[in-house]
Amino acid sequence: MSSLSDLVSKAVSEIDAARDLAALDTVRVSYLGKKGEITARLKALGALPAQERSSAGREINEAKQAVQQALNARREALEAAAFEARLAADAVDVTLPGRGMSIGGYHPVTRAMLRIEKIFRNAGFGVRSGPEIEDDFHNFTALNIPDDHPARAMHDTFYFPGGDLLRTHTSPVQIRSMVEEGAPIRIIAPGRVYRCDSDQTHTPMFHQVEGLVVDEGVSFAHLKAVLHQFVEAYFERKVELRFRPSYFPFTEPSAEVDIARGEDEWLEILGCGMVHPNVLDAAGVDSESFTGYAFGVGVERLAMLRYGVTDLRTFFENDLRFLQQFR
Amino acid sequence: MKIAESWLREWVNPDLTTEALGHRLTMLGLEVDGIEIEGEGIDEVIVAEVVECGRHPDADKLSVCRVSDGGDELIDVICGAPNVRIGLKTPLARPGVTLPNGLTLRKATIRGVESNGMLCSAVELGLGDESDGIMELPPAAEAGEALVRLLGLPDAIFDVDLTPNRGDCFSVLGIARDVAALTGAELKDSAVGSIDATIDDVYPVELVEPAGCPRFAGRLVKGIDAAATSPLWMIERLRRAGLRGISPVVDVTNYVMLELGQPLHAYDAALLQGPIRPRLAKTGEKLTLLDEKEIELDDDTLIVTDDSGPIGMAGIMGGLSTAVSDETTDVFFEAAFWPPDFMAGRARAYGMHTDASLRFERGVDPEGQGRAVARATELLVGIAGGHAGPLIVDSADAHIPRREAIALRRDRIEQLLGLGIEDAEVVRILESLRMQIDETDSGWSVLAPSHRFDIRYEVDLIEEIARIRGYDSIPETTLSAESPLGTVTETRIEMERVGATLIARDYQEVVNYSFVDAGANARFTGTESELVLSNPISSELSVMRASLWPGLVATASANVARQQDRVRIFEVSRSYHGTLEAHFETVRIAGLASGPVAPEQWGFKSQDIDFFDVKADVEAILSLAAGKDELRFAAAGHPALQPGQAAEIYRGETPVGVVGKLHPRLAAEYDLKRAVYVFELDAEKAFAASAPTAAAVSRFPAIRRDIAVVVDDDVTADQLADAVASSAPELIRDVRIFDVYVGGTIEAGRKSVAIGLILQETSRTLTDDDADTAMAAAIAELKNKFAAELRD
Repeated sequence: MSSLSDLVSKAVSEIDAARDLAALDTVRVSYLGKKGEITARLKALGALPAQERSSAGREINEAKQAVQQALNARREALEAAAFEARLAADAVDVTLPGRGMSIGGYHPVTRAMLRIEKIFRNAGFGVRSGPEIEDDFHNFTALNIPDDHPARAMHDTFYFPGGDLLRTHTSPVQIRSMVEEGAPIRIIAPGRVYRCDSDQTHTPMFHQVEGLVVDEGVSFAHLKAVLHQFVEAYFERKVELRFRPSYFPFTEPSAEVDIARGEDEWLEILGCGMVHPNVLDAAGVDSESFTGYAFGVGVERLAMLRYGVTDLRTFFENDLRFLQQFR
Repeated sequence: MKIAESWLREWVNPDLTTEALGHRLTMLGLEVDGIEIEGEGIDEVIVAEVVECGRHPDADKLSVCRVSDGGDELIDVICGAPNVRIGLKTPLARPGVTLPNGLTLRKATIRGVESNGMLCSAVELGLGDESDGIMELPPAAEAGEALVRLLGLPDAIFDVDLTPNRGDCFSVLGIARDVAALTGAELKDSAVGSIDATIDDVYPVELVEPAGCPRFAGRLVKGIDAAATSPLWMIERLRRAGLRGISPVVDVTNYVMLELGQPLHAYDAALLQGPIRPRLAKTGEKLTLLDEKEIELDDDTLIVTDDSGPIGMAGIMGGLSTAVSDETTDVFFEAAFWPPDFMAGRARAYGMHTDASLRFERGVDPEGQGRAVARATELLVGIAGGHAGPLIVDSADAHIPRREAIALRRDRIEQLLGLGIEDAEVVRILESLRMQIDETDSGWSVLAPSHRFDIRYEVDLIEEIARIRGYDSIPETTLSAESPLGTVTETRIEMERVGATLIARDYQEVVNYSFVDAGANARFTGTESELVLSNPISSELSVMRASLWPGLVATASANVARQQDRVRIFEVSRSYHGTLEAHFETVRIAGLASGPVAPEQWGFKSQDIDFFDVKADVEAILSLAAGKDELRFAAAGHPALQPGQAAEIYRGETPVGVVGKLHPRLAAEYDLKRAVYVFELDAEKAFAASAPTAAAVSRFPAIRRDIAVVVDDDVTADQLADAVASSAPELIRDVRIFDVYVGGTIEAGRKSVAIGLILQETSRTLTDDDADTAMAAAIAELKNKFAAELRD
């Protein structure tokens, strides 16, 4: 009969050699099971003389514990390995594309318009709208453009039989808002406008954002400040601005605003001015007590500059390959 | 308007470079669109005289010439121009010279004949956009002289884009006046001379329509040399302004118009019959114009008449019957003041647009007529001789626009500009603009000069001050106005949020035109729109859309044609309704989806969308505003949708939109082969909202019970769900249809519907008995209402 320590060594080496939990259990049974070798030695204790029994029993129990510990350690190791193996089997190719829907996006013109709206809302401007099928009074007469004014010819107006028209600018909303709300007023009016003109740089429909501030003591200096701040907010950078005298029948003084595009190169981006007293009067606002400024921004132009679009017409071709660049 | 720098500098010569001058003009509000420098790089081109000229032996269209450059030897040159002839003075470019178009000349042999240079056309020299042959220089030009010296080149041509209020700037004089005001440089006004009458002849003019013609300056010039030609300097100035030299009489009228801004007309005095009477035309009167077109006149059109009838359209174009020709020896000059309100839009109404009509529409100086005729006479007599009669200016003073003094308040300047300006500066600026100024208690009383008829209000004067002083000098001041906080409403869902929801569901926003083809609009809506444009861009864009679908379907079609098989698009915009007298606009939100449910990918079997995919998208956005119980989809017919796959959407009793499958007939029309689903909602009705009111959530567990019933095909899911929900309303929290099955063991005309009941109480845990009771009630209701058979 081999020594107890040999038996433990043998058991431990068999435990270490067990490849899986089943093999490990076989090893356990062969040592610690009912007919196991260590169990057999415990059973044989009774046959020993009483004075030896106690120390022999202690030794066998220590051997049993040693084997049990080795079994436990091996089981944990095998279980951990099996778990790792299961996880490994569950691995995926993380480079395969995600599944399900993608997302769409806003049209770049809407995107620009929403940004413009936000910039002005943040400054306390209200947002107003008006009809696109306008009457002559709101689109022209009330804006100090009487019948046969040369400026009318420049507007390339779409007409309906009977004299109504598609608004040529968002400025009629100035009149409607002032009539409804009076002064002081601080609003923008974004929307579609129409000109009977279609070529490389004109589309028959485009978008404007009108701005109007009327209050006591509003001056051209305020207009200069708000537009400079707006342009820098929109482009998110410092921009050099140039105010150039121009002419709109509904503002006096009037200006066109250019932004610097490099050495001695300027690009016109909007028109503005101090609201003409005739316009204030037509809208029922006392032009002695109140002064105001107004401006009109072409949304497509700003969207083109911001997003590097070089051909105006692409906005209305709605090619998904173009639009999907704007998320 | 094109204006040559050399001509402008003759009138005002500030110490500025060409570029600086252009910049200053722009900053004055006289926007310079472009500066073109003419005559650069042609220094070596010289005047040559054609001495010999014969047909090329082997080429019909070529001439073999020998030309003189003033030296002893003649130069052989081949020329293809039809106008080459012996004695002609014309520009010559010798081998080695590079022309503005990039061509470098070389000695060449053309069909066996040697050529040592080229005789040049104006276009080849960069002098204009058109030429009929080689340039014809005046006989007095000296062979060998540099062409640039002869023509006074190089010269810069400013292209000035004038605003409609500055009719006074449609001339060298007008622009020079503003430059003088801005820079302080002297205006050399006196360059315009006059000559005394040498004969007493006058031509009678009767102002029978004084409102339409309150001033008429006329003058006879008799006995001019019909063979005279205009001098080169005049033709060159006309050319640089975009006009062609024609004859001395015509050239002089054009020249004076460009110089002083007053259009003139010249009649062949020998062809006039009786007194000249400007008046309004009678409807239907006919007139043959200089361009030989006969027009029928309207009664709002001013004309010039004599005893023969109409002889010209006032301020637009003269008539053929009294036109000057190369035989004319007696000329009658006309310079009239045709008031802008009689001229506006008239030329356009006849499809015409002339240099004269443009100026009269914008307005000319009502005091400028006599001076213009005096200038024209001086020029014509200088060129073609003849004897001038006295200058006669007939006026109806009551109808000449009255200039009124305008009160300018010191305070108002600062108030409006946000910049205080010293009194002396105000006075200096106004005086530089030739305003007459009287000081008053609060500021000044200002009378604008007659040519500044655009100045009518105090603000106009303030603009002038700002303009001359420079907008740059006005500071930027942030307006710190009190603005009360506005509300952020929950009474409607912002379209931005609805759009964002659709975007999250893979819809791309598009922007389509508001006008569409009339037929398409009718086919999509079932009605003809009355809102038809009088002057559409094209028939495809002629009526205001009553639905956003025509645009969306056309956009889908265009994208499918660009190989996009999956199209999911939406638009938030207006549709237009009603009659010409009573029209209204509604904001719509419309979408279109076609192609696979999801983009092509590895994990899903590709499947095309159907009605319920799109319905889910519609329900998702509607749920932003409306509770589930508020909404109802009812089968409906729609002209654009396939029968049986179309639903009207109700919110309570209000229809708020439509969803369905595009009718295959329409899909085929747009070349769309896959099924197309569309929806359209009225934004105001669909997205009116209120702040949500929270209800307590039950703490007690829910019980689920499922039943399957067989009912007739025409029983709708809504009917079943409503019946179940109402059978035990206090217990049933939710009803879910989770399967619909047709065929197999189910007899034809019937279907099996599986219904899940979610039972829950807010105050206690339900027992199985409660559930059994609810189930029994539901089954009884279904049997009772729909003869439903229970399936196991």
